Amino acid sequence: MRRVPPVFLCVLVVMWLLLNNTISLGHIVLGFVLSALLLLAAFRLRPLQPTMRRFPVLVRLFFDVLIDIIRSNIGVARVVLGLVGEREVHAGFIHIPIDMRDPHGFAVLAMIITATPGTIWVELTDDRTELTIHVLDLIDEQEWIDRIKGRYERPLMEVFE
Amino acid sequence: MNAVLDTAIWFAQACFAIATALAAIRVIQGPAAQDRVLAFDTMYINGMLSLLMLGMRSSSSAYFDMALLIALFGFAGSVALAKFLLRGEVIEP
Amino acid sequence: MTTFDYPLWASVPASILLVVGGLVTVIGSIGLLRLPSFFMRMHGPSMGNTLGTGCVLIASMILSSALLGRPVMHEILITVFIVTVSPVTAMILMRAAIYRTRVNEERRRRQEQLAQGEGSRASDG
Repeated sequence: MRRVPPVFLCVLVVMWLLLNNTISLGHIVLGFVLSALLLLAAFRLRPLQPTMRRFPVLVRLFFDVLIDIIRSNIGVARVVLGLVGEREVHAGFIHIPIDMRDPHGFAVLAMIITATPGTIWVELTDDRTELTIHVLDLIDEQEWIDRIKGRYERPLMEVFE
Repeated sequence: MNAVLDTAIWFAQACFAIATALAAIRVIQGPAAQDRVLAFDTMYINGMLSLLMLGMRSSSSAYFDMALLIALFGFAGSVALAKFLLRGEVIEP
Repeated sequence: MTTFDYPLWASVPASILLVVGGLVTVIGSIGLLRLPSFFMRMHGPSMGNTLGTGCVLIASMILSSALLGRPVMHEILITVFIVTVSPVTAMILMRAAIYRTRVNEERRRRQEQLAQGEGSRASDG
């Protein structure tokens, strides 16, 4: 029996308390019991465990993504309302070489790319070396590759690998 | 100050209603099936937000559970529809 | 319409967030209607999914905290859920769209070839 990381237990208990909207002692105990049973069952089903280090990097990444979401919302709104001036908007697919290998890192990267309007995750090759994304306002391909790799992939590699 | 809040809630609710109507137009005229699935996806998000606005207007927290359920079932529905478009089957053998 | 008298610290930020969220969502839906191709239309609703929903849920959090007099955080669950699952929908829908576009193009090309073949045979005979 492998050791279950306590982070999962705490996250599940917090979710249970949020769902019930209470912090009474009875619910805390019930939440711990239910979460422990659920985790025991879940670790039989999926034995792959993420190793997470350097939480400050993750916090900084979160705020970076928040700023990017607001900025790209403004960008997409300008494209939709036709406020981009005379130039033509080109949408297109971009192929990005990827150095990350951890599946949990890919999961977080997919959330970031989909949550940012203007970019959508299309597919990852089977050997996890090339990622295809679709970009709404494609001006400079290299700029997008640098942005995805430098701003999102490097912090995720620091956290998950 | 409540007048400002009331106006804001009215405004947001009107916005969500308009957004749902626009998505409905896309459902009707959408040239391909994937456009219709995308518009359904938008419609359930807007419906959930409208429900939350109702909750704010009546100052009750009972609408939260309904919104959570709509989010859960809407997600399951649109994934099933998209998967059906992909292969013609929802659960593959 | 609201029966409870919300304090100033709750009603002002909530009003601003509601107006921003409504505008973002409606612009996203306009994009769903106006943009020319399916792959471009995919980007419209994702505005409403992230920033629109986030703004409205934060406003709801502020208002119900003021209403009950203690911090109410459970709306954050909806935000977490939507952010976690929206890549799944987007990925499958994108793959389905690419697959269907390719199949339709192949079918059209085959029909064109067939028509051309018949045309040349007609001219031969």
